[in-house]
Parts: sequence; C-alpha cells; structure tokens
Amino acid sequence: MKVSFFPGCSLEGTAREYGESIDAVSCFLGIKLEELPGWTCCGASAAHCINEFLSVSLPAKNLLLAEKLNHDLVTPCAACFNRLKNAEKTLIKESQQTDAATPFRGEINVLHLLEFFSREDLIETIKEQVKRPLSNLKVVSYYGCLLVRPPHVTDAKNWEDPQALDNLISLMGGETIFWPYKTECCGGSLLLTNIDIVRRLIGRILDMAREAEADCIVTACPLCQANLDTRQEEIGKAKGVTYNLPIFYFTELLGLAFGLKGTQKWFRRHLVDPRPLLKTKKLI
Amino acid sequence: METKLISLPVTVNRDTRFRDLVVEAVGETIFSCYQCYKCSAGCPVAFAMDLLPHQVIRSVLLLQKGKALSSRTIWICASCETCTTRCPNEIDIAKVMDVLRQIQVESGTEAKEPRVPIFHKTFLNTIKRFGRIHELSLLTNFLRKSGGIRDNFKSGEWKNDLRLGIKMFLRGKLKLLPSSTKGIEALRKLFDQAEEHKKS
Repeated sequence: MKVSFFPGCSLEGTAREYGESIDAVSCFLGIKLEELPGWTCCGASAAHCINEFLSVSLPAKNLLLAEKLNHDLVTPCAACFNRLKNAEKTLIKESQQTDAATPFRGEINVLHLLEFFSREDLIETIKEQVKRPLSNLKVVSYYGCLLVRPPHVTDAKNWEDPQALDNLISLMGGETIFWPYKTECCGGSLLLTNIDIVRRLIGRILDMAREAEADCIVTACPLCQANLDTRQEEIGKAKGVTYNLPIFYFTELLGLAFGLKGTQKWFRRHLVDPRPLLKTKKLI
Repeated sequence: METKLISLPVTVNRDTRFRDLVVEAVGETIFSCYQCYKCSAGCPVAFAMDLLPHQVIRSVLLLQKGKALSSRTIWICASCETCTTRCPNEIDIAKVMDVLRQIQVESGTEAKEPRVPIFHKTFLNTIKRFGRIHELSLLTNFLRKSGGIRDNFKSGEWKNDLRLGIKMFLRGKLKLLPSSTKGIEALRKLFDQAEEHKKS
C-alpha cells in the first residue's frame, strides 16, 4: 500500500514525536508513506485570513504534485488537511463552472491520517497487532475544529460527535469517555497574538477533561497537541490547580499498544511527561 | 386589536459595493440571515468580541462597512468554523470573516487588533522565503515586527515565553535552522500572481 505523505511544517519542529511515531507505526504496519517530493506550506490560517488567492493556490500546488504521482495524499495535520480539502473542492467547482480544463482532475483522495488508519482493511490489521492493550487507561478524544468542520469541506460524517479516535482507542483496549468538548476550539490560530484568549479556551478544555475523570487526552493534530500540552503549568498556576494531563498523539498510543520499542523517546519530548501515568497503569 | 407595523430601516440608493464584495465571495445565502443567534451562541470566542457574529452579518447587510471593518471581532475570530457548520441558512459565516479581514487589510488602515494581521503577513513572508514554515524564524520575525519583545517585557509575559522556549529546546522541539525546499521559484511565482490578482 503506497500513498503520498504531506507532513506539514510542524513535524520537523514542535510535533517531532508525532512524526517519529507515525514513521514507526506505519513501518510496523507495512504502509509506505512516501513524502511528497517538493511539498510546500499549505498557507494555514494566514492565507485564508488575508489573501484569498494564496489560500487556494498554495495548497493547490501540492495537490497538483500529488496528482502527478497518482497516489492518495495523506496528511497528519488537521489544518493542512482542511486547507488541502478546501483547495480540492474549490478546484473541482471551478472546473465545473468555467468548463475550462483545470490542471487538477480530482482523481486522488485527500485524507487525514486518522481517516486513513480508520479504513476497514487497516482497522483489521490494527486489531490483530495489538499486543499490549491499553487496559485501564481512561481517554478523552479531542478532534478539534479543522479535522471535522465545516463538513462540506472535510466530508466528515459525524462532525458534532466524531468517532474515529474513540474507535481506535477501543480497539487498543483503552476506555474512551464521552465528553462534550470533542470538537471545541483550542484557539490554535491565536496562540502568538492573543494568548489570554487562548489560555481561557485551553483552560476550559482541560477543566472538562478533568471533570470527565480522564487520565489523558488523545489528539490527531500537531497544533492541538502543542497547544494543550505546553500551557498547562501557567494556566494551572493562575487558577490554583494542577492539571498534569498528558496529551497524546493517537500514533503514540498505537505504538504503545503494538509494543514497539523506542516509545519512551517520544514521551520524553512532551512538556507534560506521560511516563508516570503509564507506569502506574503498568503500560511501560 | 389594532396591528402595529414595525418600521425597519430601508436602504435606498446607497453604495452597495462593500456588501456586493461579500456576497460575491460567500453567495446569496447571506440575505437569508434571520438573526437567530445560533452562530453567536456557539462561538467559542464570543466573550472577547465587540460585535457578535450575527451582528457582523447584520452590519454587512445594512451596508455598515466601517462598523464591520473596524471591529475587534474580525481579528478575534479563530476560524473554528462552528458558525458556518451550524447556520440553519447555510451562510458561510467564517468565510464572511475572511472576506472582511481581506478588505480591511487592503484598505491600508490600522486594524483594531493590529498584531493579528501582522502575524498573518509575517507567516506568508516566511512561506515566501523558505517554502515552509520554520517556527523559530516565524516567531522571532513576528516579535520584531509587532513590537512583541517590548510588550512582553512590560507584561512580564517574557518569563513564560523564555521558560517554554528552554523546555522546547531541551526536548528537541526547536529546530534552529530552516531547511531548504525544492521548487521555491514556482512558489514565489504564486506570490507574484497574488499581487497581480489584488490589482485587478
């Protein structure tokens, strides 16, 4: 199974352990994620906020590269996924309206890594490969905004109560807890400009996870993970509480459940160290 | 019982260009807004806004260009797409915010939250320069251009930032140098085309 892989800019920096765990897990499952040669940034929030032309042409450039290779394009970042999907829909619509031959034929699929791992054949393989079930681990799934919204762009089926992460956690033997903040916004796009707003948004999410009595939060987006992981200490201090809630990438938990070596290297990169929790649960 | 007629403001013979620009981008559905408040009720950042999302839509329809463009709201909107997803009239409200931001930036006047457009411009410049986002370059350039270093010293925020920066570095999450990207010329052409687009 071969697909083109669009890592997105964070995987080289703040989301390094996401990249490392994706490599390890996909290699273990025999999936070839081939990095899209010459990929460039999707433009993220900045482009759609102030420059309409770039908001489509930046991701479109990558779609055209991927279509040349004729493999589906998979990305692990919710923001990249959203911009790529938006460009895909815009290009297809334009070609219908103008009747002109667009260079993009729309013959490849754009998928988020979570969708890709939720394909039936892969689900079966994952189920077979779970060697160390995540017993007693209570998890809340956090999907964030751009993985599911708006559904006319993302093609999400359950945008108010998505299930893909919860299904994977159950497959791995973990316990998923229902909570109302699965798709609540963490304020990622305002992180560097309006930190006070972002702290309030993150604080609400962390509070709700605590109220749900979760041991940890699982994410499928480098921006969500970084946002929820890095600010817990300062938010907790201001409120007089200690959160200490590990924020996992779903691929890290897959690696753990498969019994892969080297998982501790990923966990060491977290600001909230998940190892004490995993030790008490006898998972490492 | 006598029926009372309510008089609503009617716009006659006024400059509709501002509204037309928004309609062109988001479609005719915007006219079907009946002020149900659903967008504002679900908005996670409504607490920080000066105009609530349903009021922004109203101000566009009433041709209140200044009110919409000078609002804090258009910059505080986090683009989470909750409003667009839930609108019963299928109005792409998040896209309305985008269009208003774009018109505001083109107008050349100062935004109510100037740091946000400065951040977006720095972000796009980083892409133009390296092809991808190098986080450390983005951060330092943004701090320099927005006067963030001075502000952070005043507010004491620098202590948090420094502590976080050191932790990220020790965990191997701060990439010090940007990597080079193939095909940067084709990418820069897109930026030139974007400039031409704006002129037309």
